[in-house]
Amino acid sequence: MERSRLIKEMEGIVGAQGVIHEHEQLRTYECDGLMNYRVIPDLVVLPETGKHVQNIVKLCYDEGIPFVARGSGTGLSGGALPVESGVLIVLSRMRKILEVDIPNQRIVVEPGVVNMWVSQEVADEGYYYAPDPASQIVSSIGGNLAENSGGVHCLKYGFTTNHVMGAEVVLPDGSVTHIGGGRAPDAPGYDLLGAFVGSEGTLGIATRITLRLCRVPEAVHTLLAGFEGTEGAGGAVSGIIGEGIIPAAIEMMDRLTMEAVEEAVHPGLPDAGAVLVIELDGPEAEVEEQFGRVLEICEENEATEIRVAEDDEERALFWKARKAAFGAMGRISNDYYVQDGVIPRTELPAVLGRISELAGEYGLRVANVFHAGDGNLHPLVLYNNDNEGEAEKAEKLAGEIVFACLEHGGSLTGEHGIGEDKKKYMPKMFTDDDMNVMQLLRCAFDPHQLANPGKIFPTPRLCGERPGPFHMHPLQKAGIVEQF
Amino acid sequence: MQTEKGLAEDLRHIVGQDNLREATEQDAVDGVEPDFVVEPGSIEEISDLMKLAAREGLAVAPRGGGTKMHIGDPPRRLDLIVSTARMNEVLEHTPGDQIIRLEAGVKLEDLQEHISGSDQMLAIDPPESGATIGGIVAANSSGPRRYRYGTIRDLIIGITVVLHDGTVAKAGGKVVKNVAGYDLSKLFTGSLGTLGVIANANFRLHPRPGSSRTVAVEVTEPQQAQAAAQAIVHSQVEATAVELQYDENEKQLAVLLESIPGGIDAKAETTSFLLKQFGEVRTLSDEEVNHLGPLAPPEVADGVVLKIGAPPAELAAVLVAVLGAAERKGLAHPRITGHAGTGVTLVGFSGENEDGAAGFVEEMREIWVRRGGNVTLQRAPLTLKQRVSTWDNGGDYLGLVRRVKEKFDPRGGMNPGRFLGGN
Repeated sequence: MERSRLIKEMEGIVGAQGVIHEHEQLRTYECDGLMNYRVIPDLVVLPETGKHVQNIVKLCYDEGIPFVARGSGTGLSGGALPVESGVLIVLSRMRKILEVDIPNQRIVVEPGVVNMWVSQEVADEGYYYAPDPASQIVSSIGGNLAENSGGVHCLKYGFTTNHVMGAEVVLPDGSVTHIGGGRAPDAPGYDLLGAFVGSEGTLGIATRITLRLCRVPEAVHTLLAGFEGTEGAGGAVSGIIGEGIIPAAIEMMDRLTMEAVEEAVHPGLPDAGAVLVIELDGPEAEVEEQFGRVLEICEENEATEIRVAEDDEERALFWKARKAAFGAMGRISNDYYVQDGVIPRTELPAVLGRISELAGEYGLRVANVFHAGDGNLHPLVLYNNDNEGEAEKAEKLAGEIVFACLEHGGSLTGEHGIGEDKKKYMPKMFTDDDMNVMQLLRCAFDPHQLANPGKIFPTPRLCGERPGPFHMHPLQKAGIVEQF
Repeated sequence: MQTEKGLAEDLRHIVGQDNLREATEQDAVDGVEPDFVVEPGSIEEISDLMKLAAREGLAVAPRGGGTKMHIGDPPRRLDLIVSTARMNEVLEHTPGDQIIRLEAGVKLEDLQEHISGSDQMLAIDPPESGATIGGIVAANSSGPRRYRYGTIRDLIIGITVVLHDGTVAKAGGKVVKNVAGYDLSKLFTGSLGTLGVIANANFRLHPRPGSSRTVAVEVTEPQQAQAAAQAIVHSQVEATAVELQYDENEKQLAVLLESIPGGIDAKAETTSFLLKQFGEVRTLSDEEVNHLGPLAPPEVADGVVLKIGAPPAELAAVLVAVLGAAERKGLAHPRITGHAGTGVTLVGFSGENEDGAAGFVEEMREIWVRRGGNVTLQRAPLTLKQRVSTWDNGGDYLGLVRRVKEKFDPRGGMNPGRFLGGN
């Protein structure tokens, strides 16, 4: 289909206000939160209803046009990177909270609803939405679902996948299906919802999402503890977990991160080599006793300073310090590369040692900030783009760090996703058979590979389907994919 | 297709003389008797068996402890049972990481015993004893503690499977937080052996609570049972399980509480306070808690167990519908239990009155599927299953279920016919 005709057809679906086709405006959408990959899409379409999404996808299917869904565009793996000659479907106009069902502890939202709004909506009733990625004031529920977002409180409460209970999904052929029980448990059939959450936009577009709401805990206790170095802080983390305590969150920052954070938001962090932010929540009596034990464990591991949040305001300040860590890097470095790797918790000392060795070898600084409770590291590789070759060096170092995570039994990514950025590393973690079997799922949902093609897997495969509405697959023609 | 003798020779070649036997009546699944039972000792052997099955067009049923072979519709055909009995090794347990890697044939009891020394547990408590990890994952078995910890899908972090063509593939890993690649662990959870054989699985573990107590309230009518369950669910007490028992002899809502020794009294006190407005409250003795099973399913010999999944705040409506329909259909003494906090209700009754039973199942489906719920036969005599099917009609995702099945098992050799939609 000619571009001008495609624009007309899309305008017919969403109205002229909902289609962006001027080059300069399209550039706004050329990347997501990972800015080193940029592709200008052919068109951007902004649907306002599920029906719009359905019609847009149907049109793409009939014409064999690949599409990419995007929420708020805060993703850090290039998962919402547009494809050339493809349509970018931006869901930020679908921002309605559709149903609140407190008796069943459910809320039904459109995909463009911002994570934080969900908790705000039900706060007065004593409820909240547990997954809290650091981006939660901007990132959308649809994007959280696509990436299976984590957050600082997932140690106790789990990830997005444990809180999405149902979804209306527009499949890549434009048909609509409802997966997951929603309000009722144990829907029969395969756990299609479990497979869909975290599939990075490659299986379809969720247009209506049912989330689980959690009761606000009776008591919340938060402390901030400084240590000589990461060894002491790591020792405290092991001690707490070893005691059978599951805090709501345990976060660690190293000295370099603290310097940046101090400059950016002035939280008055202790002068220390590493700091932990630890939060416990639950019934008062339980939390109080366990919190006492946590304080003792910090002291046993020679904490140099411990501050207990006296009120919600101080607690908010501790969290502001932690959540500002990525953004604060700008204070101490021109550019930085955010890595996301996972290791078994007990490998922490070994991997931190390896990171510091690697940083020395590459002559670059690495700031460490991480979800210590579940072994999810976010090393920030600092560099200066003005120095020739340094960006490449930083990316290479970040790669070496994530390989170290794999060598120690971990994963390529804990919450940012594979997306565009890490698909080249997938063979380090999975065999060809592993990836081919995963792609069988892709073939069941999207045999023509139109939904977010080229992401996650280094070698996309076609599915051995007889081409449906068109003869040769455009991706095959372009040499992007090979026949499976 | 070769002769039975030739096939036996090939199977023996893979697993060895001692691990192959001819099937007996006891191995029949809903009356369909397979030819052979094999017990492979490694993933490689499973893979070789599956390649052979694919080449010879054999229908395969994976089996663990054999505690749930009654779940599902009668198989369309069955030639070979692949038992995981010999694959019963704990591959890795790192207490500090709170994870465990297991072969599929490890029995849940053995596993809990194995890790009890580190004061940890796999937080799943299905009612069957002798169930294996692979079977629990394949059948998505759960118990009372699902209220606090979720079901096995929320605990599994990695899987290794063997497809019908022999392909061995893994997904996930051994860390709790991991978003690399598709989550096939969840896809295989509840797939009832229709996508492939589960060979290994990895899980996150939880600390074993230091103390527990069960506080129960006697209720007299459905509305009260619902109100009591809602009072706990909407409180801040963080209960571990909210279990209902509702029959002629006993009508009570029991709340399992777990905490550290210093926290349990306060939890019990709050719970009693919340419940006392609905009836007489008491703390159950250990014996009573054990008798409940913990809070066992309604076992009736040769009977029917029907599982209704409905929104938890509609518990009273479920009870009213069940009691009314049971009476109208002439089903005597129905026994009802349920995970009241999560919306699971189990109804047990005798299968003798088959017309009544079939009518009851149909009526429950008529009501609860329309209201967004689901109704599944957990256990039933073959003749009843042939009349009303194990599964309700699912939803508009049925086409997707079929396409997934076709991709993973294009020859239709894995447990054919047992699953939703005849898959």
